[in-house]
Amino acid sequence: MMRTPMATPTVGRELPRGVRLSMLLRLFAIQGVWNYETMLGNGIAFALEPALRLLPGGKGGPAYREAMARHSGYFNAHPYLASVAVGALARAELDGAPATQIERFRCAAPGPLGSVGDRLIWAGWLPLSSALGLLAFGLGASTAGVVSVFLGTFNVGHIAMRVWGLHAGWRDGLRVAHALGNPLLRQGPAHVSRATALVAGIALPVAAQGIIGPGRAVLGGVLAAVAAGAVLVTWLHGRVEGWRLATFVLAAFVLYSLVS
Amino acid sequence: MDANLLLILPVAVLGGLFGLDVVSFPQAMISRPLVAATASGALLGYPGRGLVIGIALEFIALESLPFGASRYPEWGSAAVVGGAIFATTPDGTPSAMTFAAVAALVTAWVGGWSMVLLRRWNARWAKRQQEGIARGSGGTVVGLQLAGMTADLLRGGLLTFLSMAGFLALRSETIHRLVMTNTMSRAVVVSTASAVGLAAIWKVVHSTSGARWLLAGGLAIGFVIAAGLL
Repeated sequence: MMRTPMATPTVGRELPRGVRLSMLLRLFAIQGVWNYETMLGNGIAFALEPALRLLPGGKGGPAYREAMARHSGYFNAHPYLASVAVGALARAELDGAPATQIERFRCAAPGPLGSVGDRLIWAGWLPLSSALGLLAFGLGASTAGVVSVFLGTFNVGHIAMRVWGLHAGWRDGLRVAHALGNPLLRQGPAHVSRATALVAGIALPVAAQGIIGPGRAVLGGVLAAVAAGAVLVTWLHGRVEGWRLATFVLAAFVLYSLVS
Repeated sequence: MDANLLLILPVAVLGGLFGLDVVSFPQAMISRPLVAATASGALLGYPGRGLVIGIALEFIALESLPFGASRYPEWGSAAVVGGAIFATTPDGTPSAMTFAAVAALVTAWVGGWSMVLLRRWNARWAKRQQEGIARGSGGTVVGLQLAGMTADLLRGGLLTFLSMAGFLALRSETIHRLVMTNTMSRAVVVSTASAVGLAAIWKVVHSTSGARWLLAGGLAIGFVIAAGLL
């Protein structure tokens, strides 16, 4: 379906600050009604809604309704990088881009936005932030210090990602794909992965020692058990998840402790 | 009012809030065990004990990262339960940490399942509102979003409430019969959790060039530091 451009082109224009802020805040709730059918769909429309009020006819007008209906359908992406799509779609709608072009973008964007986000955040930044928190604990930081190291590190990256995504999406509109070629997004996951390996390697024995407390004999047994256990969990990968195995092992110890 | 209920209610509210963070809002990772268990311990006056069990659970949580539509345990409410159970068990009680870790893991398991149910219900609610969505009604879209978040908050709160009630009752029945010493209990939890954590880190980094050596080097440095701290 071709759509006649209705809105005033936004080239060189900025979104009003209040609208940008409202969209940014709504992005934090983008997965509020996540489900297996439309996934992020409703959340995308929810986050876009403040910008769509700027369409001719305002809130409730035909253009607004048409756009809201279009964006409530299936969409999937990493929740933080969905901000890129939201920014780009807001720009496209307010520029009056043809509906077919918008639909094409909605079909093409989820793959890259999902895979880059998963590698950079879930497999990179989150484990690195956790490892830094564990290391802080092992090195004797205060309770507030440990929590601050973890939350501070993680959320600097998290919030920066959402803000950058909204900005890049709005700036480049439907041509935002090249923003995903940003060196930080392309090479960042590998660097973060290396940093995670080093920090987690240091943090694991230090944090384990911090939980057990003094006792060299116990620590030796623990380290041997950790090595054997890690090999077992890696070997069982794809068959049994480690956390399920941990549940069975610990429950078995409690039962053994009870009956003996 | 029953003393247990006075303990459980505020913990359930906290469990609801941290359960909400896992997926729905704001995904700032306050639901990670390191934070949620510490907050739960702090609520009951023992932030340090909450942090210790939170660190042990964080090792295990490293394995289940929230990739896309995959199914994973729900750590927010679970860590609140683990933190509260451990914080309210007198220091030095045999098997205290093992019992609290099992309570958290079982809650995480049930929590993961409850999230799957909620996602199915979300889909049903969305279908029921299809007419409004197709009309492009902003009110319908916003209403659905708020309903989903409210349901998730209630899910986490209810899960925490039921789990706390169940495990507190179980603890009062069994704790005096558990014989594992405090040190042994901690050692068992740490060994199991660290093994899962190490395997998880390996899984995440092993395909990156150079990362295997950095992990090995890091472990060597960590062992030296840990030995020096003894």
